[in-house]
Amino acid sequence: MNVRTIATTRSSMGIPTGRLAVWWVLVSEIVIFGGVLVSYLMHRLGHPEWAAQASHTHLWAGAFNTLVLLSSSLSAVLAHQAAEAGNGPKAARLLWLTIAGGATFLIVKSFEWTGEIREGFTIQVGGFWSYYYTAAGLHAFHVFAGMCVMAWVASTAARNQDLHRVENVGIYWHFVDIVWIFLFPLLYIAK
Amino acid sequence: MTDHAHAHAAPHRNYFKIWAILVGLLIVSVLGPMTGIRTVMLITAFGVALVKAYLVAKNFMHLDIEKPIVKWLLAVALTLMVLMYSGIAPDVQKTTGRNWQKDAGFHAKLAPAEKEHPNESGAHTP
Repeated sequence: MNVRTIATTRSSMGIPTGRLAVWWVLVSEIVIFGGVLVSYLMHRLGHPEWAAQASHTHLWAGAFNTLVLLSSSLSAVLAHQAAEAGNGPKAARLLWLTIAGGATFLIVKSFEWTGEIREGFTIQVGGFWSYYYTAAGLHAFHVFAGMCVMAWVASTAARNQDLHRVENVGIYWHFVDIVWIFLFPLLYIAK
Repeated sequence: MTDHAHAHAAPHRNYFKIWAILVGLLIVSVLGPMTGIRTVMLITAFGVALVKAYLVAKNFMHLDIEKPIVKWLLAVALTLMVLMYSGIAPDVQKTTGRNWQKDAGFHAKLAPAEKEHPNESGAHTP
């Protein structure tokens, strides 16, 4: 017997429960990332000397990763479009493409961090680098978590099951993209 | 009821066009600092970031057709962020306060002294 959980079939305030839950998660994420970004911003404005430390970050690596995340957001929203049309296998393929984007992002970041740590820019070197590794590390963890959930959603979507989850995981992924859109100028451009 | 019956009835959008605009804005934000003009850098970096975030939220997250309650939830979270900044920023960014003053070695000097003789009021003294 195919038993469906109530959460997937009911809605609250006109919003499907699953999607409402994702929005609640994002509200808490805004508080988490907002706290980190805002405290970085106020310290950066209070310490002009951090500009010298920031000048060592790799602009092109950050720009390439921005392009990768923007492109992965495109594939995520195309997966949502395919799910809306009832085409689960196509949605699954596009979700795997999104996961590949996330993996590329993490690989570039790991090379970037390895180079910086070898140059002596570790998390203990100064205030800027503490924020740099904390904010970018927290973001990278969210990318990884999103990839794991997306792999699970893709596996069910491929069988045309629970296609509403494609949109839910997509909303989360776009949020992770937006966080990076703000991290990029803060950590790589403002020097 | 189909699995996707609860999903947004998203209007048709040209997602490739939106992606192309986002990439164009990314190029602008990378080229901006190369002008060497601080104002241009600030606008192309942070102004463009706001536009990019808006485009992603509106077109990819479909926030424009989402229920008002979601927008209110997000607005509350963003307001908390602004409140946090306005409450703490003066202490971090200002150089003087009612009972304290920062000089060039403010952090370096106070850190060990505070460990040995913590100020009862918690206020930093020069």
